Amino acid sequence: MSARLKSWLPRVVAILAIAIFPLIPGVPEFWVTLAGYIGLSSLVAIGLVLLTGVGGMTSFGQAAFVGFGAYTSAVLTTKFGLSPWATLPFALLSTGLMALLIGVVTAKLSGHYLPLGTIAWGISFFYMFGNIEALGRYDGISGLPAFSIGGTSLISARAVFYPIWISVLIAVVLSENLLDSRMGRAVRALRGGSVAAESFGVDTARAKLVIFVYAALLAGLAGWLYAHVQRSVSPSPFGINAGIEYLLMAVLGGSGYVVGGVLGATIVTVLKDQLQNILPKLIGTGGNFESIVFGILMVAVLQLARQGLWPFILALLPRPADKTINASAPALSHRQAPDRGAPLLSVDKARKEFGGLVAVNDVSFTVKGGEIVGLIGPNGAGKSTLFNLLTGVLGATSGEVRYRGERIDGMPARDIAKQGIARTFQHVKLVASMSVLENVAIGAHLRTRPGVVSSMLRLDRGEEARMLAEAARQLQRVGLGEHLHKPAGSLALGQQRIAEIARALCLDPALLLLDEPAAGLRFNEKQQLAGLLSRLRADGMTILLVEHDMDFVMRLTDHIVVLVFGTKIAEGTPAAIATNPQVLEAYLGGVE
Amino acid sequence: MNGTIALFLAQDGIINGAIYALVGVTLVLVFAVTRVIFVPQGEFIAWAALTVAALEAGTVPGTAWLLLVLGIATAALEVVREGRRLTIRRVATMLGFDLALPAGLLLAVIWLAPLKLGLAFNAAMTLALLIPMGPLLYRLAFQPLADASVLVLLIASIGVHFALVGLGLVFFGAEGVRTTPLLSGTFPAGPLVVKWQSIGVLVVTVLVLIGLYAFFERTMMGKALRATAVNRLGARLVGIPVASTGRIAFALAAAIGAVSGILIGSLTTIYYDSGFLIGLKGFVAAIIAGLHSYPLTALAALLVGLLESYSAFFASAFKEVIVFSIILPVLIWRSLASGPHHDEDEEA
Repeated sequence: MSARLKSWLPRVVAILAIAIFPLIPGVPEFWVTLAGYIGLSSLVAIGLVLLTGVGGMTSFGQAAFVGFGAYTSAVLTTKFGLSPWATLPFALLSTGLMALLIGVVTAKLSGHYLPLGTIAWGISFFYMFGNIEALGRYDGISGLPAFSIGGTSLISARAVFYPIWISVLIAVVLSENLLDSRMGRAVRALRGGSVAAESFGVDTARAKLVIFVYAALLAGLAGWLYAHVQRSVSPSPFGINAGIEYLLMAVLGGSGYVVGGVLGATIVTVLKDQLQNILPKLIGTGGNFESIVFGILMVAVLQLARQGLWPFILALLPRPADKTINASAPALSHRQAPDRGAPLLSVDKARKEFGGLVAVNDVSFTVKGGEIVGLIGPNGAGKSTLFNLLTGVLGATSGEVRYRGERIDGMPARDIAKQGIARTFQHVKLVASMSVLENVAIGAHLRTRPGVVSSMLRLDRGEEARMLAEAARQLQRVGLGEHLHKPAGSLALGQQRIAEIARALCLDPALLLLDEPAAGLRFNEKQQLAGLLSRLRADGMTILLVEHDMDFVMRLTDHIVVLVFGTKIAEGTPAAIATNPQVLEAYLGGVE
Repeated sequence: MNGTIALFLAQDGIINGAIYALVGVTLVLVFAVTRVIFVPQGEFIAWAALTVAALEAGTVPGTAWLLLVLGIATAALEVVREGRRLTIRRVATMLGFDLALPAGLLLAVIWLAPLKLGLAFNAAMTLALLIPMGPLLYRLAFQPLADASVLVLLIASIGVHFALVGLGLVFFGAEGVRTTPLLSGTFPAGPLVVKWQSIGVLVVTVLVLIGLYAFFERTMMGKALRATAVNRLGARLVGIPVASTGRIAFALAAAIGAVSGILIGSLTTIYYDSGFLIGLKGFVAAIIAGLHSYPLTALAALLVGLLESYSAFFASAFKEVIVFSIILPVLIWRSLASGPHHDEDEEA
C-alpha cells in the first residue's frame, strides 16, 4: 500500500463510520440526536481551532455568531415565509458582516483585545436579543419550519443527521485546504509574531480578519442548521457560557488541528450530557456541575497538554505523506537584477531619536548593485536601529532612505518587501511547528496571487506547485535540500539562520538585508555561510549585513560602514577600515 | 428627566463607578505582574458579599469550606507535581498555609458565626477567608502556566471563572443576598439624600488607590512587583522570586475584591454569579485605559458607572448592551492610534 493511500485510509474509515452510524439498527434515537449536536458544535469548534490554534487569536463570542445565524434564518422563515434552504446566504451574510465589523476594529490590536472584544460582543448579543420585542425577547421565536427535501420534512434526528454531518465534512475539507495554501501559511505565520510575516508582504491584519470572519461563518452555518433542527431559537443557548464551552472544545480537542475540533466537540457534548444526568443523581442536588468540571478541564488541558488531545491520536495514525514537489512546475516570475556598481540603496542623513537619545545620528552611505556591504560597530552603536529604519520596523526622525531612487523611509515593512528587499532576523523567526519548506514558501507570498476562496476549492494547485518548487529550489541553493519536510524547530540554530536566508531568497529580492547572520554559528557553519553569500553575490545579489564577527566581515565584504554611538566614523574597503586609526580607537580604545 | 433625577443618577453612577474602579485597578495590577487577564476577579466580590451575608445570618459561609477545598487541592497537586523535589520547609509552609490555616479559620467560623459578633468581625473574617484564596488560585491554575502566552493565560482565566461560578452555586446556593450597610443613615445634600455608605465606598476606593500608589512607589515589595511586570527574566536575575510576586499580586487582588464585596453588598442584591458582570465592567474600564494606567482606569470606571446609571434610566433593557458596546469605539480609537505592528509573544 502506498504511503499516500495509507494516510488516507483512516479518513475514509471515519467518514464511512459516521455515514452508517444512524443506519445501524438498534442505535437509540437519542444517540443520533446527540450526534447531531456534536456535528453542530464541531462546525463552531473547527472555526475556533483555526482562530486559536492556528492564528493565535481567540474568541469567546462564537456562540453569539451561532445565534446571529440562527436568528437571521428564524426571522426570514417565520416573518417572510422563506424556505429554510433559501435563508442560508442571508444567515452567512449577516454573521459575516458582524464578524467583519468586530474584526476590523480589533484585528490591528495586539492579541488580547480581540478575545476581550468578543466577550463584550457575546454579552451584548445576549441582552440585545433578549430585549427586542420583534425577536420574542427572552422567549425567542418558535415554530420554525424544518428542512425539507422534495416535500419530505427532515424532522427526525436521523433525517437531519446527514445535512449536519455533510456540512461538517465540507467544513473540514475546506479548512484543511485553506491551511495548506498560500493564505493558510500566512495565517499560520501569525504565530511566529507579525513582524516576520509583514516583512514578506503578508498583510497580517487582513490575514487575522480573514480567519476571524471564516470562523464566524462556520458558526453562522451551525446556527442556521441549529435553527431548523431545533425549530425554535431563544437567546440563552447563544450566551457567553456557550461561547466558553465552544472554546473548551477547541482547546481540548487540539487547538492546532482541524479534526481536533470535531474530537473536542464530541468529548464536551457527550461529557455535558453525562454530567447533567449523572452528577445531580450522585450528589443529590441540582446545580451547574458541568461548569465546574469544564472549568477545571480547561485549565488542566492547558497545563498538561497544551496542544490538546488530538496529537495523542495523531501519533497512532500513519504519518501523512510528505508534500510532493513538482520540480517541473513553471518557475515564478523573476526580477531584473540591478546593474552592477549602480547605486541601489542610498541612505541620506538618516536620524533616529528616542526622546533625548540620538540612536542614529545623520548617517549617510550608499550600497551599490552587486556589492556586499558590512555595517559594523561596537555594542550600542545603533546598528540594529539603523537596520530597523531600513526595513520599515521603525520610522526615521529625519533623513531619507532611497531604493532605486524611490523613497522607502516611513514605508511599512510590507511595502518595502514589495520593492524587492528581503531580510533575515537577528533572533530567528520561523514557525517551529511548520515544515522548513512551508516556512520558506512564505517568502514567495508576494510572487503569487491565490486567495482564500480559490485555496479552499483547490483551484490554486498550479500556483501552489510553483511556490513549493521555488521554496525547494531556494532551500537546495542554500544547502538545506535534505531538510525540506522537517519541522523548522528541529533544525540546529545555524541551519535555521540559513533557512531564513532561503525564505528571503524566495521573495526574489534585489537587495538582501541580513541581521547578524553569523551570530551563534560554529566555525564551519560560518565558512559555509560566507561561501553561500559569495555565491549569491556572484549571481548578482546585493547584500547589506550587520555583523559583529570582524573576521567574517573583513573577508567577505566589498565595503564597510563603521558606526560608533550612532555616528558614522568611517567607511571604505575592508583593507582601509582595518588600518583606519579612528576605527581602531573605537574598537581597541585610544592610545593614551 | 429633571435636575434631581440627574443628580441622583450621577450619585448612583459614581458609587458603582468606584466599585468598578477597584476591579479595574486590580485587573491592571494582576495583568502587569503576571500577564494574567484575571476574569474571575468579580467572583471574589460576589463571594465576599455572600460571606458577609452568611455571617450576619449567623451561619457558616460557604467560603470557609471553599477555602479548605482550595487549600487541600493546591497542596495535593503540588505534592504530585513536585514529588521528591519538595523540601521540608516547603512542606511545612504547605501544611501551615494550605491546610492548617483554612482548617483553623473554618473551626473559628463554626464557633464564632452563631454568636453574631457584628460588623467589624464580619468584615475581618471575610477578609481572612478571601485573601488566602488569591495565592491558592494562582498556585493552582496559573503558576504552572507562568511561561505561557497571554492568550493561553486568558483562556485559563476563563476556565477558572467557569469553575468558580459552578462552585459558587454549590457553596452558596441560588438565593440573592443584601447585607446591612457598614455605615447606616443618610444626610441631605441639596435636593439629594446621600447614604453614608456611599460616602464610605468613595472614601475606601480613594484609600485603596492611595494605598496601591504608596505600595508600588515606596515599598521594596511593590518595586519588586513592578520590576517583575517590566521584565520577568531580568527580575529573576536580580534575585526577585518571580513566583512569589505572582502570589502577592493575587493576594492583593483577593483583598481588594473582598473589600469591594463588603462595600457593594449593601448597595445591590448579590447572587453567586453576580461577580461576572461586575468584573467585566471593571474590565471595560481597564481596557479603555489600555490595561496599564491606574488613574486612567479609575477615571474610565467612573465613566462606565455613569454611563450605566444613565442608560438604566433611558433604556433600562439595553443597559448592558450600551455599557459593553462602548468598548467598540474605544477599540477603534486604539486601533487607529496604534503604530506599526508590535511583535507579540511567540507560539505557546
